[in-house]
Amino acid sequence: MNIDSMTVNSARTAVLEKQFTATALVDAFYTKIEAEDPAIGAYLTLSKERAYRQAERVDALADKGDALPPLAGVPIAIKDVLTTKGVRTTAGSKILDNFIAPYDATAVARLEEAGAIVLGKTNCDEFAMGSSNENSGFYPVKNPRDHTRVPGGSSGGSAAVIAAGTAVASLGSDTGGSIRQPGAFCGVVGLKPTYGRVSRYGLIAFASSLDHVGPFGKTVKDVALILQYMAGRDPLDSTSANLPVPNYLEQVGEPVKGMKIGVPKEYFGEGLDPEVRASVEAGIQELAKAGCEIVSISLPHTEYAIPTYYLIATAEASSNLARFDGVRYGVRAKDAKTLAEMYNKTRDAGFGIEVKRRIMLGTYALSAGYYDAYYLKAQRVRGLLARDFDEAFAKVDAIVTPTTPTPAFRLGEKADDPLAMYLADIYTVTANLVGVPGITVPCGKSKEGLPIGLQVLGKHFDEATVLKTAHVVGHALEAPCG
Amino acid sequence: MVSEKDVSYVADLAHLELTPDERARMLKDLNSILGYIERLKQLDTTNVEPMAQVANRYGASKDSAGSAEFAYAMRPDELRPSLPHDGAMSNAPQTDGIFFKVPKVIER
Repeated sequence: MNIDSMTVNSARTAVLEKQFTATALVDAFYTKIEAEDPAIGAYLTLSKERAYRQAERVDALADKGDALPPLAGVPIAIKDVLTTKGVRTTAGSKILDNFIAPYDATAVARLEEAGAIVLGKTNCDEFAMGSSNENSGFYPVKNPRDHTRVPGGSSGGSAAVIAAGTAVASLGSDTGGSIRQPGAFCGVVGLKPTYGRVSRYGLIAFASSLDHVGPFGKTVKDVALILQYMAGRDPLDSTSANLPVPNYLEQVGEPVKGMKIGVPKEYFGEGLDPEVRASVEAGIQELAKAGCEIVSISLPHTEYAIPTYYLIATAEASSNLARFDGVRYGVRAKDAKTLAEMYNKTRDAGFGIEVKRRIMLGTYALSAGYYDAYYLKAQRVRGLLARDFDEAFAKVDAIVTPTTPTPAFRLGEKADDPLAMYLADIYTVTANLVGVPGITVPCGKSKEGLPIGLQVLGKHFDEATVLKTAHVVGHALEAPCG
Repeated sequence: MVSEKDVSYVADLAHLELTPDERARMLKDLNSILGYIERLKQLDTTNVEPMAQVANRYGASKDSAGSAEFAYAMRPDELRPSLPHDGAMSNAPQTDGIFFKVPKVIER
């Protein structure tokens, strides 16, 4: 059993053909995790009881000769911002250190119904706030490709388990790039679907109008398969779209000849590392070779995306994180004499500095006298950004950009400069503000051997085109995982 | 410019106490981030509608308007099971078995 090169499809096929049992597969993954994960720190909690129970269920079906569900036996990891019934769910925060979720997130429940096995919960920046995973309330994650580098964030653990081979697929969340940026840094594939494509029920909210749930995998095919079984309307999330879910896998490998690919000049300007530029341009050449028409476009408001994002995201966060007050769940500070003192002491002790910073910024932006100048202004600029994309997508079928301005930076390098850290998301935040789908796919390596990611953005609910386009690049240029 | 007084006021609104060290950091960081955000003022947005969320631009039924666009999100007003009481209380830091217990709310 070679679990390092295992894909969603090969795991399922092996279980289906009885090359080994799902239980043996889970054993193999836990052996690898226990040997190798301590050096990386990608897992926060292992859900062994739940994993073996699900493996036994799959094995019982296989023994009876019953038809196996589509993801039968596929070992996955879940970012710790998604609730898992009966399993510790911390959102990477000390304030939820002892929280055992009483219900499952829809995305998790649907993947388990499809036969997937949840191995455990992955480390992340606290409440998904960060771009390096150094804001985890527990321990930072190391990039499996180079342990002196960050894996990216906030879904750093979920990206790292794919790069390290300690899960076959994983789920992350993406509020400003938190799937795509770590995907690029770790050299794996990561997809942020359209807003409304995947239910947010059970996702611990950071910024509700920007939060998305999406998959990581070794290949574009793998993320297409995972998306397939969690997408679609969920009555428990009123913003989940009431649209049919197409067959994504069917699209992967389809010809891209005649497609128009937009290349926005604003994403190739100052601040872009020359090696990243060269790799992404090579990826664009692969698309041209495959028969795509490459069109130069402009998204003129791009430079305003980061300031817009940090107003809207923090405003929503300050409101969403008000619920962590020590009353109903989580860790409560001891020895408070009054309710107000209990709130303050609990939040002071439970939240890390970045979470406090964002709550402060958001509260400030929403406070009397500043609402129009900051929050409302940001919402109007968000409208301008959406208009940029409407105009671009009237001309092209997909947009190709670098995922990040540089390869993975060093641990500690940006830890004391919040603004420098925020700029790591410069190419990813707009897709969250506008709601369009985006994927990162490995397109090369730097001289130092660090992975480089190429981003494909598509029209709303057109994940199929995004997957098809990314597959062409990934297939041609993807460095082997190891 | 954010002042020390603003930091105290906002911390109070957000139910954060913050150490003197953290307050100093907030003062510096908020001013640096808000300084960067200033560039939004360069844009004329008088004729742009505020966009609070994505769904109102890209709702599922574009042919209808207003609340009709979101008719799919409605459900019959019928009772359905919710999280059982013991599930809702299972993470309570302090409980009497029925209610959440908290420190004194009103000083007497």
